[in-house]
Amino acid sequence: MLDQSSSNIPKIPNRAGVGYKAQHLNGILKDPSAIGWIEIHAENYMGDGGRPIAQLKHLREMYPVSCHGVGLSIGAESPLDADHLARLKHLVSWLNPALFSEHLAWSTHETHFLNDLLPVPYTKAVVDRVVDHIDQVQDTVGRRMLLENPSTYCAFEESDMSEIDFLSEVASRTGCGLLLDVNNVFISATNQQYSPEAYIDAYPLEHVGEIHLGGHEEDADDHGETLLIDSHSRQVVDPVWELYKYTLKQSGPRPTLIEWDNDIPSWDVLANEARLADDLLANAQLVAAE
Amino acid sequence: MTVNQTDFTAALLNADLAIPSGMVDYQGRPAGKRFDVYRNNVVVSLIDAMETAFPAIHKLVGDEFFKAMAGIYVRAYPPTTPMMMFYGEAFPEFLESFEHVQQLPYLADVARLELQRRSSYHAADSTAISPEDLGAISPDDLMNVKLKLSPALRMLQSPYPVLSIWNMNMVEGAPQPEPVEQTVLLFRPELDVDMVEINDATHCFISKLKNNTLGASYEEALSLDETFDLGQALGLLLTHQLITQLNV
Repeated sequence: MLDQSSSNIPKIPNRAGVGYKAQHLNGILKDPSAIGWIEIHAENYMGDGGRPIAQLKHLREMYPVSCHGVGLSIGAESPLDADHLARLKHLVSWLNPALFSEHLAWSTHETHFLNDLLPVPYTKAVVDRVVDHIDQVQDTVGRRMLLENPSTYCAFEESDMSEIDFLSEVASRTGCGLLLDVNNVFISATNQQYSPEAYIDAYPLEHVGEIHLGGHEEDADDHGETLLIDSHSRQVVDPVWELYKYTLKQSGPRPTLIEWDNDIPSWDVLANEARLADDLLANAQLVAAE
Repeated sequence: MTVNQTDFTAALLNADLAIPSGMVDYQGRPAGKRFDVYRNNVVVSLIDAMETAFPAIHKLVGDEFFKAMAGIYVRAYPPTTPMMMFYGEAFPEFLESFEHVQQLPYLADVARLELQRRSSYHAADSTAISPEDLGAISPDDLMNVKLKLSPALRMLQSPYPVLSIWNMNMVEGAPQPEPVEQTVLLFRPELDVDMVEINDATHCFISKLKNNTLGASYEEALSLDETFDLGQALGLLLTHQLITQLNV
C-alpha cells in the first residue's frame, strides 16, 4: 500500500467541479467562483506542448485539478502499456493533481485501443488481475488512485460475485479509493434490474474520494425493456439527483463532478448543473456539522 | 461460458460476427442489442475522432460520405495508442487506395497536411532567437553556424495545390486553387498553427539545416536553384520564430 502521508497533495473542496472543455474557458474566467475545481481527461494533456498544456498550467493556478484517465485499460487481460503508464506518471508529476482516477474497464487489446470503456466479468481471477494492475499504477505513478464503477449494459454469464464485492475487495487489497459515479449506478441498476438505493446501501462509501454525475440517453433492448446508455450528453435527470441526495445522506459531502462530454452546452447551462450540485453539497455539509 | 477479450474485440469491430455467447442480459438471455451499445460506442467515437482530426477532408467529401468512409477506416485501422490526438496516421495511405475517392487524388496530401497541423499544434514549446542574435555573429563565422529549429516546424511537398485546397475549405473567402504544385511550411509562433507556401529550394535549405551548417545547407539549396536567396530564407525563419538556438 502507498504511503502518501508526507506528500504535498493539493486539497480538494467538497464542492462541485466540472469536466474542463476549452470552449468554456471564457465563461470560467468571468466567474471563477462558480465551480470549486476542474477535472481533465489525462490523455488530452499528453502532448509535448501547445495550447492544451498552456491552458492547464494556467487553470492549475486557479483550481485544484482532478486527473481522470480514460485509456489505461486496468481491466485488460494483457499487461498495462508501459509507455502509456510513463506518460501518465509524467503528467501527474508536473500537474500534482488533487485527485487521480481511472475506470474499472478495459480499452486496449493486443495492439488495438478501442476508445471505449469495456466491461469485465466479476470473478476472483479478474479481481486478482485488476489488483495487480492497480498496484502497478500506484507504485509507478506514486499516487493513490480512485477506481470508478462502470455503467453496464450486459452481464457476463461467468460472473460469480457482485460488483460491490468486486470493488470492495480491490479497494481493500490495493488501498485505492473509489470514485462513485451515481449516474453509472442508476444506469447499471436500471439495465440489470436491481435497486440503485440498495446498491448505495451496500457500497463501501468510506472509500469514496469523489462522486460523478452526468446525463444518459434512454433506449430499449430486444425485449422492449428500458436500456439506459451513458452518454454525458445532457442534464442530470431527476432520479439521479434523488439518488445523489440519498448517497450524500450516508456518505456526507464529497467533491462532485458534473460530466458533460458530448453535445457540449453553453457555460451557463453547465454552471447551473454545478450550482445544483453545490446546493446539495452545502446542505449535506450542514447536516454533517449538526 | 467465459468470454475472452480477443473474441470480445473481434465482435466489437465486426458486426457480422456473432456476439460472444457468454454475454447475456440480467436474466441470462443473449445480450443482443445490449452488446451493440459497445459496438456503436466504439465506432461512433472513432468516427468523431476522425472528424476532429480531418476537418478539411470532411468538408471536401461531405458529412455522409465522410462518416461512411471513416467507418470503414476505423474498423480497418483502430487506434494503436490511447493518444487520440494523433489518431488517423494511416489515413493518407488509406485514401490513396480507397477506390471511391480515386477521382480526388489530392485528398491524401490534404490529410497529410491535417496530420502535420495537429502534430505541430501539440509539439513542444520553444523560445525563438531574435534577428539581433543572428546579426551578432561575425560574417566569418556565419557559414559555420548550426541552427536549431522549432519543434513545431513541419513541411509538406505536394504535387497538388494542397495549401490552397485546405484554405478554400477552412478559411472564409479564400480563393479557388490554381492547378499548381505546392510546398508548405507549418509553424506555431504562439499557440495557433499557421502555414505559408515556400519554394522547393527553401524546403531543401530548411531540411538540410537539421544536420548541416548554414553554409552547407545554403550550398545545397543553391545547387537546386541558383536564384535561391539566403537572406530571404533566414528572414522567413526569423519572422515565424522558427530558429531557437545558434551553435557557433
